[in-house]
Amino acid sequence: MLRQLSLAVVLLTAASVHSDEINIAVAANFAAPMRKIAAEFEKDSGHTIVASFGSTGKFYAQIRAGAPFEVLLAADEETPVRLEKEGDGVAGSRFTYAVGRLVLWSRKEGFVDAKGAVLGRNDFQHLALPNPRLAPYGAAGIQTLQALGLLDRLRSKFVTAENINQTYQFVASGNAELGFVALSQVYREGRIAEGSGWIVPPKLHEPIRQDALLLTRGKSSSGSAALLNYLRGDKARSIIKSYGYEL
Amino acid sequence: MLNPVDLAAVWLTLKLAGTATAVLLLLGTPLAWWLARTRHWAKGVIGALVTLPLVLPPTVLGFYLLVLMGPDGIFGRLLAAGGLQPLPFTFAGLVVASVIYSMPFVVQPLQQAFEAIGEQPLEAAATLRANPWDTFFAVVLPLARPGFMTAGILGFAHTVGEFGVVLMIGGNIPDKTQVLSMAIYNHVEALEYEAAHRLAAGMLAFSFTVLLLLNALKPERLR
Repeated sequence: MLRQLSLAVVLLTAASVHSDEINIAVAANFAAPMRKIAAEFEKDSGHTIVASFGSTGKFYAQIRAGAPFEVLLAADEETPVRLEKEGDGVAGSRFTYAVGRLVLWSRKEGFVDAKGAVLGRNDFQHLALPNPRLAPYGAAGIQTLQALGLLDRLRSKFVTAENINQTYQFVASGNAELGFVALSQVYREGRIAEGSGWIVPPKLHEPIRQDALLLTRGKSSSGSAALLNYLRGDKARSIIKSYGYEL
Repeated sequence: MLNPVDLAAVWLTLKLAGTATAVLLLLGTPLAWWLARTRHWAKGVIGALVTLPLVLPPTVLGFYLLVLMGPDGIFGRLLAAGGLQPLPFTFAGLVVASVIYSMPFVVQPLQQAFEAIGEQPLEAAATLRANPWDTFFAVVLPLARPGFMTAGILGFAHTVGEFGVVLMIGGNIPDKTQVLSMAIYNHVEALEYEAAHRLAAGMLAFSFTVLLLLNALKPERLR
């Protein structure tokens, strides 16, 4: 009896001690799946997630400047590699949590055909994409156009956005007729939920590997480690896949 | 020292600020004159509308401009009905945004300058049979000159420093909408800190010089 009681006390204190608040920096394209994963994770683990969504480049600068993030879910693999090398990430903690898919999307039904032939027609003013210097999805868009031999012809129609969410905003508001966005932004329950889109075949661009990294500030937090483990688990993986990512 | 893209951004920024300042002075002068002289009930409402961009986050303004000037928005439809292009992602769009955004910085110094003139000089001019236009050019303009200088400089400088609105409706197109603040932002985001420093330091020096100039223009120094 006494033994059982003391065990319960130990378990209770353990639970309260390990209920962490985890500050994480998340790539803008992963916002929707992350909200869902965070809700599940909080329910399952008792930890609380405080997530900031934004561009990976900005997070890099902020983390270098001492921002209080414990985990980074980047939009690329270069940034986590760099942070790990520069000592802001925990060595060996890096892994690919999702492989992004690119989609050429328009909010107009039937505007983008299933083969992306719309790119060759000249009936649009603006093609939106995230700034290729900053965002891997932008770079993938450029590679796709290059592979199709259309880059030079379409360059004058580019409007480049600061990140993938702003690109979506340009297209969703109709100011740009079409644009390269992340499939996760328009994909729900196995299909493109609204408008029309061409899911770009992966062979047309380098794979968009998105890596997670445990940051030095999160080294001693059990919550951060638990979250990274959770991301590799079946529950999280099936959520990630449901937004059109590959794994 | 600057690469061609950055140089183009500097040039574009000066062109934008120059155009916006000219439009601002043309629109702002009658508006400020009316605000300074009227006893109309709508004075408070118009005054508040003009001042609004001072307190609104630029992103709010940029967001509404993107929505209203887009193909579904009221202004977007009006423009389309008139056979014109939608304004987002164009230089003209940035001029429109800048004029709205910098309006309080032009109207307020002008209004104060006009109010400071008072009734007497105008009445004196009227007794000399000057018509309103003569009065404006011969009496008001010289008396309000420091106000015009302040308005012009502030309008220009504020447009140069504009960022949030451009970010929302610009589309970052070289030679068309990629202004200096966007170029700096892109460099920082791409981790090209040295290039960012070069532009940012220039901006800092420019802003400081402008404020120095404004201080030198204060009325007590003129006397």
